[in-house]
Amino acid sequence: MITAERKPLEELIEYVKPFKRILLLGCNECVTVCAAGGRKEVGLLASGLQMAMLKNGINIEIRQHTLERQCDPEYIEELVPMIDSADAVMSMACGCGVQQIAMRFKDKPVFPAVNTTFMGASERQGVWAERCQGCGNCLLGITGGICPIARCAKQLMNGPCGGSTGGNCEISDDVDCAWQLIWDRLKALGLEKMYLENIPAKDWRTGGGSGPRKIIREDLAE
Amino acid sequence: MKTESRLEKILAAGHLAVTGECGPPRGCKPEEVIAKSKFLEGIVDAVNVTDNQTAMVRMSSLAASILIKQQGLNPLFQVTCRDRNRLAMQADIIGAYSFGIDTMLCLSGDHTKFGDHAMAMNVHDIDSIQMIQMVKDMRDKGLFQGGAEIKGAPKMFIGAAANPFADPFELRVMRLAKKIAAGADFIQTQCIFNVDKFEKWMEGVREMGLHKKCYILAGVTPCKSLGAAKYMAKRVPGMDVPQEIVDRMASVPKEKQSEEGVTICVETIERLKKIEGVAGIHIMAIEWEEKVEEICERAGLLPRPQV
Amino acid sequence: MENFEPVIVAFCCHYCAYTAADIAGSQRLPYPPNVKIVQVPCSGKVDAQHIVTAFEKGADGVYVAGCLEGDCHFKKGNERAARRINFVKKYLEEVGLESERLEMVNVSAGMGHRFAQVATEITQKIRTLGPSPIRTALAQ
Repeated sequence: MITAERKPLEELIEYVKPFKRILLLGCNECVTVCAAGGRKEVGLLASGLQMAMLKNGINIEIRQHTLERQCDPEYIEELVPMIDSADAVMSMACGCGVQQIAMRFKDKPVFPAVNTTFMGASERQGVWAERCQGCGNCLLGITGGICPIARCAKQLMNGPCGGSTGGNCEISDDVDCAWQLIWDRLKALGLEKMYLENIPAKDWRTGGGSGPRKIIREDLAE
Repeated sequence: MKTESRLEKILAAGHLAVTGECGPPRGCKPEEVIAKSKFLEGIVDAVNVTDNQTAMVRMSSLAASILIKQQGLNPLFQVTCRDRNRLAMQADIIGAYSFGIDTMLCLSGDHTKFGDHAMAMNVHDIDSIQMIQMVKDMRDKGLFQGGAEIKGAPKMFIGAAANPFADPFELRVMRLAKKIAAGADFIQTQCIFNVDKFEKWMEGVREMGLHKKCYILAGVTPCKSLGAAKYMAKRVPGMDVPQEIVDRMASVPKEKQSEEGVTICVETIERLKKIEGVAGIHIMAIEWEEKVEEICERAGLLPRPQV
Repeated sequence: MENFEPVIVAFCCHYCAYTAADIAGSQRLPYPPNVKIVQVPCSGKVDAQHIVTAFEKGADGVYVAGCLEGDCHFKKGNERAARRINFVKKYLEEVGLESERLEMVNVSAGMGHRFAQVATEITQKIRTLGPSPIRTALAQ
């Protein structure tokens, strides 16, 4: 999922300060899974913001609403009856959602409540780790199912570098050496010979190297 | 012979090659580069010029290499993958060759985390093995990485780094094989303190016949002090400094430690010279370039052969 | 605030803390009426929102009382509660409330005395801290 973390409260207070009525929006998908912007987090943020403003003698009205997703226009339409009674919108969705809201409601200030971080998976409850950087040309089939672009700090395609120590990356003992993991997998699969094949230089065009990307499905797009 | 590189000539003639190192200054101080290179004149066959080593900004390896070339020495121009994309790399390589710089080293580069610009992007458009392949195609096919023809191809003698002491050990020989398959003509290893482990690595290298396909230069570093030895043992990723070395440094009084460090270095070189497949020695006397002459003298590496 | 009497919400787990409160009651062990007890099946069931809402409504102090470490009737509920309380404490600081207003407490079912003691100590602590700034603001 896309992971995110709530911005510090003092930053969010600065955003909402000039306004009287805020519409605080959660998203039921990725940010719910990583406990950053789902229904619960919307509730906590609304309470926290209200208290912080009240402490400074400001009464602010916060309306809470959580959409199924904020990255699809159909769900955003649900907000139409609510939007006029808000002076500003704060979205707890990832950057994709925040932008969709801003595009739809052009005359409403829209603020992000979270910092969107990476595409990742849950390692265990409460721990999410980066797994994919959207390079657009997946090579997981030849690296034993482990991504050297997302998980190697130097995105080496012919790793490991000389800094790999005890299965850890040179940058930290908390980070696995991706190439150690890849090698272990190749061994487990009996594919050690594959390691000797040099992976050629990557064409980064599919990975954002030719600008912001778009997918158009002719069969689906009207 | 693939190039006009003096290093290639010496290695091809069967001599034990000797290379040294010069770290460029952290500022516009060409006189420092010149001063350091003077210590290595006539002592080594080529001088490595590091590229933003430990991810700290320094005078570019290209600029420092040019200064060294102008002093009449042979720069070994290092390029890391961390700071440049393939366009910039190829541009620098063409530029370097245009100044007569014909020997280079392709490296991954230390992560920005270790340096003074942790906030910068780590470029890594291509990795070191892809860079080796790229430079080989520039030289032998006269083509840019993107496929177009180069008007005036750079005839670079291509080097790479190898670290017999990094993990996983079982991969370290295979990684060398990959670099050679990509086109590495010579390699320089990380500095060796654990000669036993290096010998083990060389066994694997010889088993695969890699020492015949590529010249292997064994790296050494003299410890300036006990503190330096401990630092290398504990804080530098991919370095193996056995406890005996640290203990030996600790066993002599402070004023004698630098002498002991040089002695250990010379003894290491003597052992390395005897290992089958070692084609040369790479002396990394960081910020201690004035000691290289003594080390080479005592290790019987002088005078340097004329080719 | 004149004659400030703290309002303290105590989330007490059914198996230990609430039973201890019961024993305190049946043994006529006095503890301040400032403490308003809310029974929950397990301290781990207390959500961050419950705690935050209590403060939002003007509570001066909140504590969550669960079983002794290692003795949670639901295995790890009290461990989760402890982590959650640390999380909310940090949030309270961000909001501008003193994190000392929130505490995690561990008692066993038979500890009537301890329950009364804790209730008394916390009430005194909050009395010293003064009214919650939210309570003060709401009163205006």
